[in-house]
Amino acid sequence: MHRLNKIKVLIIIWGMLISGSAFSQDIIVVCPDCKVSSIKQAIEKAKSGDEIVVKNGVYKETGIRIEKKLSIYGENFPEIDGQNLNQEIISVAHDSVTISGFVVKNVGVSYIDDLAAIKVYEHKGCVIENNKIQNAFFGIYLNHSNNCVIRNNEVIGEAVAEMSSGNAIHLWYARDILIEGNLAKNHRDGIYLEFVENSKVSDNVSEGNLRYGLHFMFSNHNTYSGNTFQNNGAGVAVMFSRFITMTKNKFYKNWGTSSYGLLLKEIFDGEITNNYFEENTVGIYAEGSNRMKIENNDFKSNGWAMKILGSCMDNTFTGNNFFFNTFDITTNARTFESNKISRNYWSEYTGYDLDKDGIGDQPYRPVKVFSFVITRVPASIILLRSLFIDMLNFAEKVMPVMTPSTLMDEQPLMKPADRSAF
Amino acid sequence: MIKILKYSIYDLGRSHWTFIYFGFYLLIAGTLLFLGGDVLKAIISLMNIILILIPLISTIFGIMYFYNSRDFIELLVAQPVKRSSIFLGQYLGLSLALSVSFLLGMGIPFLFYGLKDSGQFMNFLSLILTGSFLTFIFTAVAFLIGLFNENKIKGFGLAILFWLFMAVIYDGLFLLSLLMLEAYPIEKLALGMTVFNPIDLSRIFIMLKLDISALMGYTGAIFQDFFGTATGLTITILALGLWVFIPVYGLKLKGNAKDF
Repeated sequence: MHRLNKIKVLIIIWGMLISGSAFSQDIIVVCPDCKVSSIKQAIEKAKSGDEIVVKNGVYKETGIRIEKKLSIYGENFPEIDGQNLNQEIISVAHDSVTISGFVVKNVGVSYIDDLAAIKVYEHKGCVIENNKIQNAFFGIYLNHSNNCVIRNNEVIGEAVAEMSSGNAIHLWYARDILIEGNLAKNHRDGIYLEFVENSKVSDNVSEGNLRYGLHFMFSNHNTYSGNTFQNNGAGVAVMFSRFITMTKNKFYKNWGTSSYGLLLKEIFDGEITNNYFEENTVGIYAEGSNRMKIENNDFKSNGWAMKILGSCMDNTFTGNNFFFNTFDITTNARTFESNKISRNYWSEYTGYDLDKDGIGDQPYRPVKVFSFVITRVPASIILLRSLFIDMLNFAEKVMPVMTPSTLMDEQPLMKPADRSAF
Repeated sequence: MIKILKYSIYDLGRSHWTFIYFGFYLLIAGTLLFLGGDVLKAIISLMNIILILIPLISTIFGIMYFYNSRDFIELLVAQPVKRSSIFLGQYLGLSLALSVSFLLGMGIPFLFYGLKDSGQFMNFLSLILTGSFLTFIFTAVAFLIGLFNENKIKGFGLAILFWLFMAVIYDGLFLLSLLMLEAYPIEKLALGMTVFNPIDLSRIFIMLKLDISALMGYTGAIFQDFFGTATGLTITILALGLWVFIPVYGLKLKGNAKDF
């Protein structure tokens, strides 16, 4: 299914290239001293299928509306300055438009419209690549648009407060989109997807955003891979989505009282594999998430590696490595039967392996009684690191009374699972 | 009083135990620093050790020292010396000797390791500060228990019980009350309860200084709001000061009234 989509996207891009070269008759050159000195002028002159090359320079233009099939290239990053006039800088309202190689900046904040540096309205086949977008309200915004590629852009905002800032890359009702190799920084959300289907988000870096590094809702059948999310206000939030694949992503330092590495809410049939979580307050927080495969992830030095609430069912946790987290797993569930935890490595496991098969002979109980108590009464965290709590944890480890007795790894690994294959 | 203080420090200086105590901290701090290689992590580990061991050792040392020097005290009482200065002198001598052993035992490895450049100086300072406070508090309580009980076994038992109560039982009761009152907004109550236990107070004081406070979520934010501010710091130090003052004052009153 995903592969098909990828091929589809590729064919579309290829098709665009072919048609571009076969039918384009003209190249219109724009430079500050040329006959055509503004991008708007060039667009007016051009006919469908033309190419516009914009030379280096500063173009103080906003409200550039593209209603023809055009490819617009910037040479040496010409600057399009919106001068904070509260207007959209580039609006795309035609299929198969390419915008590449520009610096687009200063959109201006609006509390009424979602003003963006580059916005695509209800069309398909757009390619937005190699642009640098600075100080925009919204960076790249796709509205009801399909089969687009957003690649290698740098979207760097100057967001101060959540209320008055927009998202770096924002998709609203979109299908078959490829978002690849972008940098999203200092916005409200780094990458925001709502009602997005069959899309691929890969190798992006999202950091220093006020709210979420990646935020998606009601977006099914998407793949997220190789992304890095760090130092975001609240980490990554994914909600109300089905058939999500998240692989090889890195979650670093999403640290703060209400921060998460990855927050899952109502996520069904997802796959979270080969990800790396380090120094997050909570590695994975899951609420109402069912039939998830959480495999081969590494959790290192997090406050909580995983917080799995009782509303989560039929999930499997295998092959994960847990290193030096303050708490490995917490839950408020009395029974954890429908979830399967096996063959993980736990750095706190103290059991032995007599038959030398690499699997500990005693089960490991990752939920400490104290973490269970905290989920019930948050104020009791004040007793963290108290001697009484250590004794309680030890007693519970020997003979579980309060923690769900079914929550255990019956086959804990003696050594961390090898990751060199990835 | 100064003279008695001096003698009691000389006495302790000749005792092996002060040096063993010093050597113990030197060893622990050195090992954690040079094997662990991270100042912050060493401070966190040391916090756990200090919060348990300082009260325990101060209590046991205090009560032992008091009973051991009973003959000396009786001798002094016969002399024209103020009673309060006898007890205060002895008490100060012991607590100072213990604090100095602790201070040197911790300070030397940290200084050698490069505390200055690690950016953890304030955290180290709060560790040292609370450690010294705990020494003074638990020695005073041990002296007071010794003064009240002629029977050594009973005195020893009570002193150990006091330590056990503060280190373990109090937290158990604390947790129990939090669980029982879980339906109510109990953050303020929790805040209040910590003030009544010097060990808890020190633990939270250090912990909020360290980065782990983010783990504490909403509750942590409330505590941070309280302990993180100048008022919080003042109240903490004031509360710890009161914890020293009350048993010392009791020592003075009881010392003046006691029949020998």
